[in-house]
Amino acid sequence: MSSVPLSAYLVLALILFCIGLYGALTKRNIVVVLICIELMLNAVNINLVAFAKYGAHPGITGQVFALFTIAVAAAEAAVGLAVLIALYRNRKTVHIDEIDSMKH
Amino acid sequence: MSGEYLAFLTLALAAIIGGVLMLNLSKVVHMVTALVFTFISIAGLYVLLSAEFVAAVQVLIYSGAITIIMLFGIMLTRHREEDKEKTTTGGFWRKTATAIAVFAFGAAVYLGVYQLDFGEKAEHLHEKNTEQIGVALYSYYIIPFEITAVILLVALVGAIILAKKDDREAQKK
Repeated sequence: MSSVPLSAYLVLALILFCIGLYGALTKRNIVVVLICIELMLNAVNINLVAFAKYGAHPGITGQVFALFTIAVAAAEAAVGLAVLIALYRNRKTVHIDEIDSMKH
Repeated sequence: MSGEYLAFLTLALAAIIGGVLMLNLSKVVHMVTALVFTFISIAGLYVLLSAEFVAAVQVLIYSGAITIIMLFGIMLTRHREEDKEKTTTGGFWRKTATAIAVFAFGAAVYLGVYQLDFGEKAEHLHEKNTEQIGVALYSYYIIPFEITAVILLVALVGAIILAKKDDREAQKK
């Protein structure tokens, strides 16, 4: 019985990563940029789990690493939201191109 | 066409549609809701890859916790509706250049992965998946596991310190 090949999962993860990368580079709202970064991390997780099943040395290690990535991504989202709220309190804006005080 | 192909195609299509909708919708709340579709589809893909525990964690953490925390971030900040049409930064040329660069990156990686096949397949991942992960976490990966606990604690304390009001601001009220 033929199953879905490894390359199909890798190409899907690549497409999702590209969507997240484009959004993170062009969107104007900090919340949306954070969400796009989460989407990129998710694409990486798909790769890890796919290699855990179809990789050169298949095993449970890839899934364990995916769990670690999810934990660190959750911590990153919490800290990012806290930075966003601190910025909003000081600058009254959530737009990326208005937060440019370190530009000069 | 086997059922696995059908499930993969449906889930992949739902994931990509969620991502494209996220790029094209104009309101921030709608963007987050569109991305929930992507996260749940990815959980379905994990089930196809015989990773049931990771799928459950994906539903709990991503479609539950991270979506809710992003919605809180949206509701605690004010989003003016009048500049709705200007949700992206930069002009037309800058966006085009970014799209070309991202597309070139995608094409380069695609050339590397589209024929990749190691010819091996794990046959025993789906048997007692959670037990396998638990044994691996508490024996071989015990030190990274404990360090992850410390990271989560530090991130929580740091987030509270960053987000709470300054003492001066609190006295002014």
